[in-house]
Amino acid sequence: MTIPTNDTTGRSSSKIAAIALLSSASVLAACAKEAPEDLPPTPAATVAPATTSTAPTASVAGPGTQAHFESTIGASNTVVYFDTDRFNIDSQDATVLQTQAQYLGQYSQVRITIEGHADERGTREYNLALGERRANSAKNYLVSLGIPASRITTVSFGKERPIALGSNESAWAQNRRAASIVIN
Amino acid sequence: MKFTLPRPLTLLTLALLAAPAAAQNEDLGEPVGEGGAVETVFEETASEEGGLTGSVTDESDWDDLGIAIPAFATERDRQTAANADGTAALGQEIARVITANLRNNGIFKPTGPDALPKPSFPQIRAPSWGSWSGRGAEMLVHGFVNAGADGQLTVGCYLYDVALQDELERKGWVVRPADWRRAAHKCSDLIYARLTGESPFFDSRIAYIAETGPKDNRVKRLAIMDSDGANHRFLTLGSATALTPRYSPDYKQLLYLSYVDGNPRIYVYDIGTGKQTLVADTGNPTFAPRWSPDGRSILYSMAVGGNTDVYRVPANGGRSVRLTNTPGIDIGGSYSPDGRQIVFESDRSGSQQCYVMDADGSNQRRITFFGGRCATPEWSPRGDQIAFTRIAGDFNIAVMTPAGRNLRVLTNGWQDEAPTWAPNGRIIQFFRTARNSGRSGLHQVDLTGRNERRLRTPVDASDPAWGPIRD
Repeated sequence: MTIPTNDTTGRSSSKIAAIALLSSASVLAACAKEAPEDLPPTPAATVAPATTSTAPTASVAGPGTQAHFESTIGASNTVVYFDTDRFNIDSQDATVLQTQAQYLGQYSQVRITIEGHADERGTREYNLALGERRANSAKNYLVSLGIPASRITTVSFGKERPIALGSNESAWAQNRRAASIVIN
Repeated sequence: MKFTLPRPLTLLTLALLAAPAAAQNEDLGEPVGEGGAVETVFEETASEEGGLTGSVTDESDWDDLGIAIPAFATERDRQTAANADGTAALGQEIARVITANLRNNGIFKPTGPDALPKPSFPQIRAPSWGSWSGRGAEMLVHGFVNAGADGQLTVGCYLYDVALQDELERKGWVVRPADWRRAAHKCSDLIYARLTGESPFFDSRIAYIAETGPKDNRVKRLAIMDSDGANHRFLTLGSATALTPRYSPDYKQLLYLSYVDGNPRIYVYDIGTGKQTLVADTGNPTFAPRWSPDGRSILYSMAVGGNTDVYRVPANGGRSVRLTNTPGIDIGGSYSPDGRQIVFESDRSGSQQCYVMDADGSNQRRITFFGGRCATPEWSPRGDQIAFTRIAGDFNIAVMTPAGRNLRVLTNGWQDEAPTWAPNGRIIQFFRTARNSGRSGLHQVDLTGRNERRLRTPVDASDPAWGPIRD
């Protein structure tokens, strides 16, 4: 298997590792990436993608559930966003993925699937491939932080499952994403 | 000729029994029985002298070519499984189908049976010339439909030149009652081919994706229909998202993408049995399935570690051959009609562009260098054009030569995507998505770009795939 990009992942991993060592609740909060500022706040109810067939309930929100994952690292830290037609992990994405890596490091039994998505401004088939590429970028980054690849699966939904429904820049920015979902 | 009471219900029952009920997963609906054969019973072309071919294939507008299509006559009004009101009513329906076919391509100006007198059965072979020339008709279509003792329908189709008072073409077919529309399409094809000099296309089918539900949770079902939207069937139930179908050249199978196991994978769906099989059981996501023109090979695109390439595998199973091997996304693929070349899309240059390679993957070269991007290329069945989705902000349907020259943009919707060719290479079907709502529908445009129309479907529609002309 080859890492599909030769830019961000390899070059920035040492810097990322250094940041990861600073992990503490306050640093994570400070670094936590929100969706771009011009975006409307994402409704909490829609953060969990519709594709999770077994939605965790509050009463069983222990480790190994999406609810625990989200409450521990913050729901916004379960998703990374991409620029148009891009799949590279930028510094904001790296910060988000570090929080995920810390969680996965702490709860070593937890497995995740990363759902890759594209906005509607691409053709259907290309977007399926692009979503897969984005999901793999996120996966490869987590692997570079020491998370075993065997604990991370990927699935692409292309442009089939948008979070934001408009046809405008802010909606498209929210839809170009890779969302990490705990596998129960 | 001896007449006995037809037994159409018996035939219908047999046809249903012939299709074994097999469903491999819960998303598959009932299998669809294969259509019956259409037997040509007479074929005779009248004298070539005075034919209209020359006068209608020049470059002038054809819009005023008036064609009268009165009801098809019947020798004796009889019961038929094709129409509850008998063969006379069926004759009216057949003429309506032909009228709708010819009206929708911008070449003809047909007048249908509802506005015309009904010819008698003897008049089918001896038109009442004066009454038709008085109506301004230049061309006249006559026909008959008779139900045989076994319930089979015999449909005759005649094309006359009113001014010359001459027969240009005639042909007849024997069909099952359930296939009466195919006879109407065969007659339409006869007329179209004779008057335009082009190959026929009406007797063909379309596979597509039927869409319902909100934009963030669309239900997408595999569906099929005739070229005019009739005989519509849903093949999957919608619990698993279905995308990008392609009819096999013999119409017996469909390739499509399904999320039935939670991941995007391409399957072969057997229309007669309702069984489906995974095309490439590798554990990797597979997209963009395509048939080779002879139906013996399947192209698919597979992502390994995020890197997508195009592969070929024998349709009956066997070892896959990797055709592309570059970093990035190489996807899709459409064979030239002779099967020797494949046009596909790749972002190896930094953006989606179209490339051509030999069928074995060699000699890969980029063909699109104009502004914008090139996606979903589809080689014309005639071989002379490649249709594609041109992305330049909006999506539009465009055509170019196989060398990437003579770009012509044919549509101007907000998002017009995924062209598919009519079997004769003169009309392109695609789907149009509306801004914000995400509502989608099928549209057709001819190669001039001037004649565009919507093809009505029961619900929203995308990913059309036009199959070949039927035997």
